[in-house]
Amino acid sequence: MSQVRVLVGTRKGAFVLTSDAKRQRWDVSGPHFAGWEIYHVKGSPADPNRLYASQSSAWFGQVIQRSSDGGKTWETPGGGVTPSPGGMPAGESNKFVYDASPETGKPLTTHQWYDGTQKPWVFKRVWHLEASLDDPDTVYAGVEDAALFRSSDGGETWQELPGLRGHGTGPSWQPGAGGMCLHTILLDPSHPDRIFVAISAAGAFRSDDAGKTWKPINRGLHSQYIPNPTAEVGHCVHRIAMHRSRPNVLFMQKHWDVLRTDDAGEQWREISGNLPTDFGFVIDVHAHEPETIYVLPIKSDSEHYVPDGKLRVYRSRTGGDEWEALTKGLPQKDCYVNVLRDAMAVDSLDPCGVYFGTSGGQVYGSADAGDNWAPIVRDLPAVLSVEVQTLP
Amino acid sequence: MIRVVLPPHLRTLARVQGEVELDVRGPVTQRSVLDALEATYPMLRGAIRDHGTHQRRAFLRFFACSEDLSHELPDAPLPEAVATGAEPFLVVGAIAGG
Repeated sequence: MSQVRVLVGTRKGAFVLTSDAKRQRWDVSGPHFAGWEIYHVKGSPADPNRLYASQSSAWFGQVIQRSSDGGKTWETPGGGVTPSPGGMPAGESNKFVYDASPETGKPLTTHQWYDGTQKPWVFKRVWHLEASLDDPDTVYAGVEDAALFRSSDGGETWQELPGLRGHGTGPSWQPGAGGMCLHTILLDPSHPDRIFVAISAAGAFRSDDAGKTWKPINRGLHSQYIPNPTAEVGHCVHRIAMHRSRPNVLFMQKHWDVLRTDDAGEQWREISGNLPTDFGFVIDVHAHEPETIYVLPIKSDSEHYVPDGKLRVYRSRTGGDEWEALTKGLPQKDCYVNVLRDAMAVDSLDPCGVYFGTSGGQVYGSADAGDNWAPIVRDLPAVLSVEVQTLP
Repeated sequence: MIRVVLPPHLRTLARVQGEVELDVRGPVTQRSVLDALEATYPMLRGAIRDHGTHQRRAFLRFFACSEDLSHELPDAPLPEAVATGAEPFLVVGAIAGG
Protein backbone atom coordinates (compact mmCIF):
# COMPACT_ATOMS: atom_id res chain seq x y z
CA MET A 1 0.00 0.00 0.00
CA SER A 2 1.25 3.46 -0.82
CA GLN A 3 2.55 5.77 1.87
CA VAL A 4 2.73 9.51 2.18
CA ARG A 5 5.64 11.27 3.83
CA VAL A 6 5.27 14.97 4.66
CA LEU A 7 8.52 16.83 5.30
CA VAL A 8 8.02 19.88 7.48
CA GLY A 9 10.60 22.60 8.12
CA THR A 10 9.94 24.87 11.10
CA ARG A 11 11.59 27.68 13.03
CA LYS A 12 12.85 25.16 15.59
CA GLY A 13 13.48 21.92 13.77
CA ALA A 14 12.22 19.49 11.15
CA PHE A 15 9.39 16.99 11.44
CA VAL A 16 8.52 13.99 9.31
CA LEU A 17 4.84 13.02 9.15
CA THR A 18 3.91 9.65 7.66
CA SER A 19 0.65 7.95 6.85
CA ASP A 20 -0.74 5.19 4.70
CA ALA A 21 -2.74 6.07 1.60
CA LYS A 22 -5.89 6.70 3.59
CA ARG A 23 -4.17 9.73 5.10
CA GLN A 24 -6.20 9.58 8.28
CA ARG A 25 -3.69 8.45 10.90
CA TRP A 26 -0.33 10.10 11.04
CA ASP A 27 2.93 9.28 12.74
CA VAL A 28 4.98 12.32 13.71
CA SER A 29 8.75 12.10 14.14
CA GLY A 30 10.93 14.95 15.27
CA PRO A 31 12.09 17.46 16.01
CA HIS A 32 15.13 16.73 13.94
CA PHE A 33 17.88 19.38 14.34
CA ALA A 34 16.00 20.72 17.34
CA GLY A 35 16.34 24.43 17.91
CA TRP A 36 17.58 25.25 14.40
CA GLU A 37 15.65 26.93 11.64
CA ILE A 38 14.88 24.40 8.93
CA TYR A 39 14.08 26.37 5.84
CA HIS A 40 13.47 23.37 3.61
CA VAL A 41 13.54 19.57 3.47
CA LYS A 42 13.27 17.93 0.06
CA GLY A 43 13.44 14.39 -1.24
CA SER A 44 15.02 13.09 -4.41
CA PRO A 45 12.55 12.00 -7.10
CA ALA A 46 15.11 9.39 -8.18
CA ASP A 47 15.57 7.92 -4.69
CA PRO A 48 12.84 8.88 -2.24
CA ASN A 49 14.94 7.84 0.74
CA ARG A 50 17.53 10.47 -0.13
CA LEU A 51 16.54 13.69 1.60
CA TYR A 52 18.30 17.01 1.87
CA ALA A 53 17.67 19.56 4.62
CA SER A 54 18.70 23.17 4.98
CA GLN A 55 19.53 23.82 8.64
CA SER A 56 20.47 27.35 9.58
CA SER A 57 20.95 29.68 12.49
CA ALA A 58 21.81 33.32 12.99
CA TRP A 59 24.41 32.13 15.48
CA PHE A 60 26.05 29.28 13.64
CA GLY A 61 25.30 29.80 9.95
CA GLN A 62 24.37 27.23 7.34
CA VAL A 63 24.46 23.45 7.65
CA ILE A 64 23.43 21.00 4.94
CA GLN A 65 22.07 17.70 6.20
CA ARG A 66 21.51 14.57 4.15
CA SER A 67 19.56 11.40 4.86
CA SER A 68 19.74 8.15 2.93
CA ASP A 69 16.99 6.35 4.84
CA GLY A 70 14.01 8.64 4.49
CA GLY A 71 14.83 10.85 7.45
CA LYS A 72 15.52 8.25 10.14
CA THR A 73 19.19 9.22 10.34
CA TRP A 74 21.08 12.23 9.04
CA GLU A 75 24.64 13.18 8.22
CA THR A 76 26.51 16.31 7.27
CA PRO A 77 27.89 15.18 3.90
CA GLY A 78 31.63 15.60 3.69
CA GLY A 79 31.80 16.82 7.25
CA GLY A 80 31.43 13.86 9.54
CA VAL A 81 33.48 13.05 12.61
CA THR A 82 36.86 11.74 11.58
CA PRO A 83 39.01 9.36 13.58
CA SER A 84 42.12 11.48 13.30
CA PRO A 85 43.00 14.99 12.16
CA GLY A 86 45.02 13.67 9.25
CA GLY A 87 43.27 12.80 6.03
CA MET A 88 39.92 14.11 7.12
CA PRO A 89 37.23 14.89 4.57
CA ALA A 90 37.10 18.36 3.21
CA GLY A 91 34.17 19.32 5.40
CA GLU A 92 32.90 21.73 2.81
CA SER A 93 29.30 20.65 2.65
CA ASN A 94 28.26 23.89 4.29
CA LYS A 95 30.45 26.12 2.16
CA PHE A 96 28.68 28.35 -0.34
CA VAL A 97 31.15 30.68 -2.02
CA TYR A 98 30.02 33.03 -4.76
CA ASP A 99 31.89 32.64 -8.00
CA ALA A 100 34.03 35.72 -8.53
CA SER A 101 36.12 34.53 -11.45
CA PRO A 102 36.25 36.81 -14.47
CA GLU A 103 35.87 33.88 -16.88
CA THR A 104 32.53 32.70 -15.66
CA GLY A 105 30.31 35.65 -15.90
CA LYS A 106 31.34 39.18 -15.15
CA PRO A 107 31.91 38.85 -11.42
CA LEU A 108 29.10 40.64 -9.79
CA THR A 109 29.79 42.19 -6.46
CA THR A 110 26.81 44.37 -5.62
CA HIS A 111 23.02 44.41 -5.68
CA GLN A 112 20.48 47.05 -4.75
CA TRP A 113 19.72 47.60 -1.08
CA TYR A 114 16.33 48.71 0.32
CA ASP A 115 17.35 52.35 0.06
CA GLY A 116 18.55 52.09 -3.52
CA THR A 117 22.27 52.00 -2.70
CA GLN A 118 24.48 49.14 -3.82
CA LYS A 119 25.54 46.41 -1.36
CA PRO A 120 27.91 43.49 -1.79
CA TRP A 121 26.53 39.99 -2.11
CA VAL A 122 26.80 38.14 1.23
CA PHE A 123 25.76 34.52 1.70
CA LYS A 124 23.20 34.06 4.48
CA ARG A 125 21.31 30.78 4.11
CA VAL A 126 19.80 28.18 1.81
CA TRP A 127 16.10 28.75 1.27
CA HIS A 128 15.27 25.94 -1.11
CA LEU A 129 16.76 22.59 -2.12
CA GLU A 130 15.71 20.88 -5.34
CA ALA A 131 17.06 17.44 -6.11
CA SER A 132 17.68 16.40 -9.70
CA LEU A 133 14.91 14.42 -11.36
CA ASP A 134 17.19 11.50 -12.18
CA ASP A 135 20.29 11.60 -9.96
CA PRO A 136 20.03 11.49 -6.15
CA ASP A 137 23.50 13.00 -5.76
CA THR A 138 22.73 16.09 -7.83
CA VAL A 139 20.89 18.82 -5.98
CA TYR A 140 20.34 22.54 -6.49
CA ALA A 141 20.27 25.13 -3.71
CA GLY A 142 18.58 28.51 -3.92
CA VAL A 143 20.26 30.87 -1.48
CA GLU A 144 20.10 34.30 0.11
CA ASP A 145 21.67 36.62 -1.13
CA ALA A 146 20.10 35.35 -4.30
CA ALA A 147 22.10 32.84 -6.28
CA LEU A 148 21.83 29.28 -7.51
CA PHE A 149 24.28 26.58 -6.43
CA ARG A 150 24.57 22.95 -7.51
CA SER A 151 26.15 19.91 -5.91
CA SER A 152 26.84 16.78 -7.92
CA ASP A 153 28.32 14.79 -5.03
CA GLY A 154 25.39 14.47 -2.69
CA GLY A 155 25.86 17.85 -1.05
CA GLU A 156 29.53 17.45 -0.13
CA THR A 157 30.62 20.44 -2.21
CA TRP A 158 28.72 23.25 -3.88
CA GLN A 159 29.43 25.33 -6.96
CA GLU A 160 27.60 28.43 -8.01
CA LEU A 161 25.97 28.62 -11.44
CA PRO A 162 27.29 32.15 -11.93
CA GLY A 163 25.51 32.94 -15.17
CA LEU A 164 22.40 33.84 -13.21
CA ARG A 165 23.96 36.58 -11.09
CA GLY A 166 26.26 37.52 -13.92
CA HIS A 167 23.79 37.90 -16.74
CA GLY A 168 23.48 41.66 -16.32
CA THR A 169 20.47 42.68 -14.23
CA GLY A 170 21.93 41.79 -10.83
CA PRO A 171 22.64 45.36 -9.70
CA SER A 172 18.91 46.07 -9.84
CA TRP A 173 17.86 43.07 -7.75
CA GLN A 174 16.78 44.02 -4.26
CA PRO A 175 15.70 42.21 -1.10
CA GLY A 176 12.06 41.70 -0.25
CA ALA A 177 10.95 41.87 3.36
CA GLY A 178 12.31 38.38 3.96
CA GLY A 179 15.66 39.04 2.34
CA MET A 180 16.95 38.70 -1.21
CA CYS A 181 16.34 35.02 -1.69
CA LEU A 182 16.21 32.54 -4.52
CA HIS A 183 13.25 30.50 -3.29
CA THR A 184 11.86 28.59 -6.25
CA ILE A 185 13.65 26.07 -8.49
CA LEU A 186 11.65 24.14 -11.09
CA LEU A 187 13.27 21.47 -13.25
CA ASP A 188 11.57 20.75 -16.56
CA PRO A 189 10.94 16.99 -16.87
CA SER A 190 10.63 17.12 -20.64
CA HIS A 191 13.56 19.43 -21.31
CA PRO A 192 16.49 18.36 -19.11
CA ASP A 193 18.48 21.55 -19.67
CA ARG A 194 15.63 23.88 -18.76
CA ILE A 195 15.50 25.38 -15.26
CA PHE A 196 13.14 28.02 -13.90
CA VAL A 197 13.98 30.01 -10.78
CA ALA A 198 12.32 32.86 -8.92
CA ILE A 199 13.85 35.53 -6.71
CA SER A 200 12.44 38.06 -4.27
CA ALA A 201 12.65 40.77 -5.40
CA ALA A 202 13.99 40.31 -8.88
CA GLY A 203 11.48 38.07 -10.63
CA ALA A 204 11.48 34.85 -12.62
CA PHE A 205 14.34 33.61 -14.78
CA ARG A 206 14.79 30.71 -17.20
CA SER A 207 17.82 28.82 -18.41
CA ASP A 208 17.67 26.55 -21.46
CA ASP A 209 21.26 25.34 -21.18
CA ALA A 210 21.41 23.71 -17.75
CA GLY A 211 22.09 26.93 -15.91
CA LYS A 212 24.91 28.44 -17.98
CA THR A 213 22.91 31.38 -19.28
CA TRP A 214 19.69 32.94 -18.08
CA LYS A 215 16.99 35.32 -19.23
CA PRO A 216 14.44 37.22 -17.18
CA ILE A 217 10.88 36.03 -17.92
CA ASN A 218 8.75 38.76 -16.39
CA ARG A 219 6.81 40.18 -19.31
CA GLY A 220 3.22 40.77 -18.24
CA LEU A 221 4.07 41.31 -14.57
CA HIS A 222 2.90 44.62 -13.15
CA SER A 223 4.24 45.82 -9.77
CA GLN A 224 3.22 49.22 -8.44
CA TYR A 225 5.91 49.18 -5.75
CA ILE A 226 8.83 49.61 -8.18
CA PRO A 227 9.68 52.75 -10.14
CA ASN A 228 8.80 51.15 -13.47
CA PRO A 229 5.88 48.81 -12.79
CA THR A 230 6.56 46.73 -15.90
CA ALA A 231 10.34 46.61 -15.57
CA GLU A 232 12.29 43.63 -16.87
CA VAL A 233 13.35 42.76 -13.28
CA GLY A 234 12.55 43.94 -9.76
CA HIS A 235 9.26 42.07 -9.24
CA CYS A 236 8.68 40.31 -5.96
CA VAL A 237 7.69 36.86 -7.14
CA HIS A 238 6.65 34.72 -4.18
CA ARG A 239 6.26 31.30 -5.75
CA ILE A 240 5.92 29.49 -9.08
CA ALA A 241 4.33 26.08 -9.64
CA MET A 242 4.33 23.65 -12.56
CA HIS A 243 2.47 20.47 -13.47
CA ARG A 244 5.01 18.02 -14.81
CA SER A 245 2.79 17.01 -17.75
CA ARG A 246 2.76 20.61 -19.05
CA PRO A 247 6.03 22.27 -18.11
CA ASN A 248 5.41 25.27 -20.34
CA VAL A 249 2.45 26.27 -18.20
CA LEU A 250 3.51 27.98 -14.99
CA PHE A 251 1.41 29.52 -12.25
CA MET A 252 2.75 32.39 -10.15
CA GLN A 253 1.82 33.94 -6.83
CA LYS A 254 3.41 37.36 -6.88
CA HIS A 255 3.62 39.84 -3.98
CA TRP A 256 0.28 40.99 -5.32
CA ASP A 257 -1.41 39.19 -8.24
CA VAL A 258 -1.77 35.58 -9.30
CA LEU A 259 -0.62 34.93 -12.85
CA ARG A 260 -0.05 32.20 -15.42
CA THR A 261 2.05 31.71 -18.52
CA ASP A 262 1.40 29.20 -21.28
CA ASP A 263 4.71 29.66 -23.07
CA ALA A 264 7.37 28.99 -20.45
CA GLY A 265 7.39 32.54 -19.17
CA GLU A 266 7.54 34.52 -22.41
CA GLN A 267 4.29 36.24 -21.45
CA TRP A 268 2.27 36.20 -18.23
CA ARG A 269 -1.35 37.17 -17.65
CA GLU A 270 -3.20 37.83 -14.44
CA ILE A 271 -5.70 35.19 -13.25
CA SER A 272 -6.60 36.63 -9.83
CA GLY A 273 -10.27 36.75 -10.82
CA ASN A 274 -12.63 36.67 -7.83
CA LEU A 275 -10.02 36.03 -5.10
CA PRO A 276 -10.75 38.05 -1.94
CA THR A 277 -7.18 39.36 -2.08
CA ASP A 278 -4.49 38.44 -4.54
CA PHE A 279 -1.63 38.84 -2.08
CA GLY A 280 -0.20 35.57 -0.83
CA PHE A 281 2.77 33.29 -0.85
CA VAL A 282 1.91 29.72 -1.87
CA ILE A 283 0.59 28.31 -5.13
CA ASP A 284 0.43 24.70 -6.23
CA VAL A 285 -1.09 22.45 -8.90
CA HIS A 286 -3.26 19.35 -8.48
CA ALA A 287 -1.27 16.19 -9.17
CA HIS A 288 -3.64 14.87 -11.85
CA GLU A 289 -5.53 17.92 -13.10
CA PRO A 290 -3.12 20.46 -14.57
CA GLU A 291 -5.79 23.18 -14.69
CA THR A 292 -6.66 22.79 -11.00
CA ILE A 293 -4.61 25.14 -8.86
CA TYR A 294 -4.53 26.22 -5.23
CA VAL A 295 -3.64 29.48 -3.51
CA LEU A 296 -4.07 30.74 0.03
CA PRO A 297 -4.87 34.46 0.03
CA ILE A 298 -3.22 36.63 2.69
CA LYS A 299 -4.74 39.98 3.61
CA SER A 300 -1.95 42.30 2.50
CA ASP A 301 1.78 42.92 2.43
CA SER A 302 1.54 44.75 5.76
CA GLU A 303 -0.96 42.36 7.35
CA HIS A 304 0.52 38.92 6.91
CA TYR A 305 -2.49 36.88 7.99
CA VAL A 306 -5.57 35.46 6.36
CA PRO A 307 -8.43 37.90 5.67
CA ASP A 308 -11.46 38.16 7.95
CA GLY A 309 -10.02 35.74 10.51
CA LYS A 310 -10.87 32.83 8.16
CA LEU A 311 -8.39 30.26 6.92
CA ARG A 312 -9.44 29.54 3.36
CA VAL A 313 -7.68 27.76 0.54
CA TYR A 314 -8.91 28.86 -2.85
CA ARG A 315 -9.12 26.39 -5.72
CA SER A 316 -9.57 27.08 -9.39
CA ARG A 317 -10.52 24.22 -11.68
CA THR A 318 -10.23 26.44 -14.73
CA GLY A 319 -6.57 27.37 -14.56
CA GLY A 320 -7.36 30.63 -12.80
CA ASP A 321 -9.83 33.53 -12.96
CA GLU A 322 -12.64 31.55 -11.28
CA TRP A 323 -11.95 30.55 -7.69
CA GLU A 324 -13.88 28.73 -4.97
CA ALA A 325 -13.19 28.93 -1.25
CA LEU A 326 -12.34 25.64 0.48
CA THR A 327 -13.24 25.90 4.14
CA LYS A 328 -14.46 22.56 5.48
CA GLY A 329 -12.36 21.65 8.48
CA LEU A 330 -10.44 24.93 8.51
CA PRO A 331 -10.97 27.59 11.20
CA GLN A 332 -13.43 30.22 10.05
CA LYS A 333 -13.23 32.51 13.06
CA ASP A 334 -10.44 34.34 14.88
CA CYS A 335 -7.66 32.87 12.77
CA TYR A 336 -4.68 35.10 11.98
CA VAL A 337 -1.95 32.84 10.67
CA ASN A 338 0.27 33.19 7.64
CA VAL A 339 1.33 30.50 5.18
CA LEU A 340 4.80 30.99 3.75
CA ARG A 341 5.89 30.41 0.17
CA ASP A 342 7.36 26.93 0.49
CA ALA A 343 4.65 25.66 2.83
CA MET A 344 2.16 24.01 0.45
CA ALA A 345 2.54 20.74 -1.43
CA VAL A 346 0.48 17.96 -3.02
CA ASP A 347 0.80 14.19 -3.06
CA SER A 348 0.19 12.08 -6.16
CA LEU A 349 -2.40 9.67 -4.81
CA ASP A 350 -5.92 9.54 -6.18
CA PRO A 351 -7.68 11.58 -4.99
CA CYS A 352 -4.89 14.11 -4.76
CA GLY A 353 -3.82 15.14 -1.27
CA VAL A 354 -3.08 18.79 -0.52
CA TYR A 355 -1.07 20.00 2.48
CA PHE A 356 0.00 23.31 3.97
CA GLY A 357 1.64 24.57 7.15
CA THR A 358 1.03 27.79 9.05
CA SER A 359 2.92 30.32 11.09
CA GLY A 360 0.86 29.04 14.02
CA GLY A 361 2.42 25.59 13.78
CA GLN A 362 -0.47 23.71 12.23
CA VAL A 363 -0.06 21.37 9.29
CA TYR A 364 -3.37 20.78 7.55
CA GLY A 365 -4.05 18.04 5.04
CA SER A 366 -6.86 17.22 2.66
CA ALA A 367 -7.16 13.73 1.23
CA ASP A 368 -9.80 14.76 -1.31
CA ALA A 369 -8.22 17.54 -3.33
CA GLY A 370 -9.23 20.25 -0.90
CA ASP A 371 -12.90 19.49 -0.29
CA ASN A 372 -12.29 18.55 3.36
CA TRP A 373 -9.41 19.45 5.64
CA ALA A 374 -8.09 18.26 8.98
CA PRO A 375 -5.03 19.16 11.03
CA ILE A 376 -2.30 16.52 10.95
CA VAL A 377 -0.49 18.31 13.77
CA ARG A 378 -1.46 21.60 15.29
CA ASP A 379 1.21 22.72 17.74
CA LEU A 380 4.54 22.66 15.94
CA PRO A 381 6.85 25.67 15.84
CA ALA A 382 6.05 28.13 13.05
CA VAL A 383 6.12 26.25 9.76
CA LEU A 384 8.54 27.42 7.08
CA SER A 385 8.13 24.67 4.48
CA VAL A 386 6.08 21.62 3.61
CA GLU A 387 7.02 19.00 1.03
CA VAL A 388 5.31 15.71 0.27
CA GLN A 389 6.59 12.39 -0.99
CA THR A 390 4.28 9.68 -2.28
CA LEU A 391 5.95 6.34 -1.66
CA PRO A 392 5.07 3.03 -3.31
CA MET B 1 45.39 19.00 26.04
CA ILE B 2 43.37 22.10 25.30
CA ARG B 3 39.83 22.03 26.63
CA VAL B 4 37.05 23.68 24.61
CA VAL B 5 33.46 24.20 25.70
CA LEU B 6 31.00 24.48 22.83
CA PRO B 7 27.43 25.80 22.99
CA PRO B 8 24.80 23.03 23.03
CA HIS B 9 23.82 23.35 19.35
CA LEU B 10 27.41 22.90 18.23
CA ARG B 11 27.91 19.93 20.55
CA THR B 12 24.90 18.34 18.85
CA LEU B 13 26.25 19.17 15.42
CA ALA B 14 29.67 17.74 16.26
CA ARG B 15 28.08 14.76 18.04
CA VAL B 16 30.04 15.28 21.24
CA GLN B 17 29.03 15.57 24.84
CA GLY B 18 30.71 17.74 27.42
CA GLU B 19 34.04 19.39 26.79
CA VAL B 20 36.16 18.75 23.71
CA GLU B 21 39.86 18.04 24.22
CA LEU B 22 42.29 19.00 21.50
CA ASP B 23 45.95 18.43 20.87
CA VAL B 24 47.32 21.77 19.70
CA ARG B 25 50.87 21.95 18.47
CA GLY B 26 52.82 25.18 18.64
CA PRO B 27 51.58 28.42 20.18
CA VAL B 28 48.12 28.21 21.71
CA THR B 29 46.06 30.95 20.10
CA GLN B 30 42.46 31.42 19.02
CA ARG B 31 43.50 30.50 15.51
CA SER B 32 45.43 27.37 16.43
CA VAL B 33 42.68 26.15 18.76
CA LEU B 34 39.93 26.74 16.19
CA ASP B 35 42.07 25.19 13.43
CA ALA B 36 42.49 22.07 15.55
CA LEU B 37 38.80 22.04 16.44
CA GLU B 38 37.71 22.28 12.80
CA ALA B 39 40.25 19.68 11.71
CA THR B 40 38.81 17.18 14.16
CA TYR B 41 35.19 18.20 13.63
CA PRO B 42 34.93 19.42 10.03
CA MET B 43 31.18 19.94 10.32
CA LEU B 44 31.96 22.93 12.55
CA ARG B 45 33.70 24.75 9.72
CA GLY B 46 31.72 27.90 9.02
CA ALA B 47 29.70 27.55 12.23
CA ILE B 48 32.11 29.49 14.48
CA ARG B 49 34.00 31.61 11.97
CA ASP B 50 33.43 32.40 8.33
CA HIS B 51 34.63 29.80 5.83
CA GLY B 52 36.66 32.26 3.84
CA THR B 53 37.63 35.20 6.05
CA HIS B 54 37.85 33.23 9.33
CA GLN B 55 36.10 36.12 11.06
CA ARG B 56 34.18 35.19 14.18
CA ARG B 57 30.45 34.91 13.53
CA ALA B 58 28.61 37.93 14.85
CA PHE B 59 26.52 36.17 17.51
CA LEU B 60 29.41 34.21 19.02
CA ARG B 61 31.88 35.24 21.70
CA PHE B 62 35.08 33.71 23.04
CA PHE B 63 35.76 33.61 26.78
CA ALA B 64 38.44 32.11 29.02
CA CYS B 65 39.52 32.67 32.61
CA SER B 66 36.58 35.08 33.13
CA GLU B 67 37.85 37.31 30.32
CA ASP B 68 36.17 38.24 27.05
CA LEU B 69 38.69 37.33 24.37
CA SER B 70 36.35 37.92 21.44
CA HIS B 71 38.21 40.95 20.19
CA GLU B 72 41.74 39.71 20.73
CA LEU B 73 43.82 39.15 17.62
CA PRO B 74 43.55 35.59 16.34
CA ASP B 75 47.26 34.97 16.76
CA ALA B 76 47.55 36.45 20.25
CA PRO B 77 48.52 33.84 22.86
CA LEU B 78 45.63 32.55 24.93
CA PRO B 79 46.01 32.66 28.75
CA GLU B 80 48.52 30.22 30.18
CA ALA B 81 45.75 28.42 32.06
CA VAL B 82 44.11 27.56 28.73
CA ALA B 83 47.42 26.41 27.26
CA THR B 84 48.02 24.09 30.21
CA GLY B 85 44.47 22.76 30.21
CA ALA B 86 43.71 24.16 33.64
CA GLU B 87 40.91 26.30 32.20
CA PRO B 88 38.70 25.74 29.14
CA PHE B 89 38.33 27.98 26.11
CA LEU B 90 34.63 28.83 25.85
CA VAL B 91 32.66 29.42 22.65
CA VAL B 92 29.50 31.18 23.77
CA GLY B 93 26.38 32.05 21.82
CA ALA B 94 25.05 35.55 22.34
CA ILE B 95 21.71 35.91 24.06
CA ALA B 96 19.80 37.34 21.15
CA GLY B 97 16.22 36.23 21.24
CA GLY B 98 14.92 33.10 19.60
